Amino acid sequence: MRHLIDILDLSTEEIDELVSTASDIIANPKKYSEKCHGKKLATLFFEPSTRTRLSFEAAMLELGGNVLGFSEASSSSASKGESVSDTTRVVGCYADIIAMRHPKEGAPMVASLKSSVPIINAGDGGHNHPTQTLTDLLTIHREKGRFHDLTIGLCGDLKFGRTVHSLILALSRYQNIRFVLISPDELKLPDYLIQDTLVKNNISFVETTDLQEYLPELDILYMTRVQQERFFNEADYIRLKDSYVLTREKLADAKEDLSILHPLPRVNEISVDVDDDPRACYFKQAANGKYIRMALIMKLLEVE
Amino acid sequence: MKIDAITDGIVIDHIKAGHSMELYYDLGLDTLDCSVAIIKNVPSSKMGKKDIIKVNAALDIDLHILGYLDPDITVNIIRGGERVEKFHPELPEEIVNVIHCKNPRCITSVEPGIQHIFKLTDREKRIYRCAYCESKAKSKDR
Repeated sequence: MRHLIDILDLSTEEIDELVSTASDIIANPKKYSEKCHGKKLATLFFEPSTRTRLSFEAAMLELGGNVLGFSEASSSSASKGESVSDTTRVVGCYADIIAMRHPKEGAPMVASLKSSVPIINAGDGGHNHPTQTLTDLLTIHREKGRFHDLTIGLCGDLKFGRTVHSLILALSRYQNIRFVLISPDELKLPDYLIQDTLVKNNISFVETTDLQEYLPELDILYMTRVQQERFFNEADYIRLKDSYVLTREKLADAKEDLSILHPLPRVNEISVDVDDDPRACYFKQAANGKYIRMALIMKLLEVE
Repeated sequence: MKIDAITDGIVIDHIKAGHSMELYYDLGLDTLDCSVAIIKNVPSSKMGKKDIIKVNAALDIDLHILGYLDPDITVNIIRGGERVEKFHPELPEEIVNVIHCKNPRCITSVEPGIQHIFKLTDREKRIYRCAYCESKAKSKDR
């Protein structure tokens, strides 16, 4: 039985296979409409989410399966003090696969230690978010046709932005990748990712506070939201939330084939006037999230 | 001060002065029935002052944790009154229930009955990270 807790649980070959399956689902959706008939996905969301939960549920429904679960901790036994381990063991009696989001880092890993069914990490605090990374990778592959020879700008909250952490881990395994890490000083990438991933693997990167300076070099610009829920101090959030706002005007110096990604939801960091720019890929990216999750569910359930 | 030589057991030498009590508890020596001597502030030509622990019983305890707790330690295994083995413990790949994660966002801060696992991620720099949230262990995280 396989779980997906960290994007590095998947080899690059397995990622290629998932991207290939997802692309086939996009091209031939009917072929997959009954693949998970009779199977149930439990979505255990201890923290609010719209697109991740709905895309998981839509993915399972489009595979012909069923869904059950909860969308906030207050409507689960966690509000009565039940442990993650116990909740997982109980839900494993009712479902064939579990997608879990939890505000505590490492919660899905704890779940996987006791679970009788596959666990998918649907986001654990500011730590990892591997299915968003699969979504990002599918989008990058569909836009660029490759995972190598890319300069990727990551902009915004790089400290608590779990999608950024997982994406860096995933892309660091490919050749000739360069990262431009754009953030306020207070929201820089954590030291463990700098040291253990970038420095250790000799990956080219630069840390900067200036988006405009590096924008012309980028093949991909990955914007992120400054997440209010990650701050203990409201004043810090207010001071940092509008650090970067991408507008159509600012894109004047960018490459014509730049791909702008964002895990969504956005607040102010991408102006709506960018939405009609052909370089804006974030709504396509949201659609891709369903297809890659369909491929992942099939893989973990070992559905042919 | 006279401490008798031991016949069968372990002598943990070259402990940083003043740290022997921490090791005593970290190794679970407080739970033993046998004689345990903690000798503090022993004059040392190499260290100036050092602590020594002598355990007068052939025990099966995980001494590798010592490699994490104090890299300068020497372990001597005594059998029949003779030293049969002497070594410096290496850094263990994994440490269980010795360090506790201090990240308030880590699941270990709320999940009952969970093992506190830290993994060695950089041997050269002696860096351990929480297996759940990847936070770096600090030397005082015990």
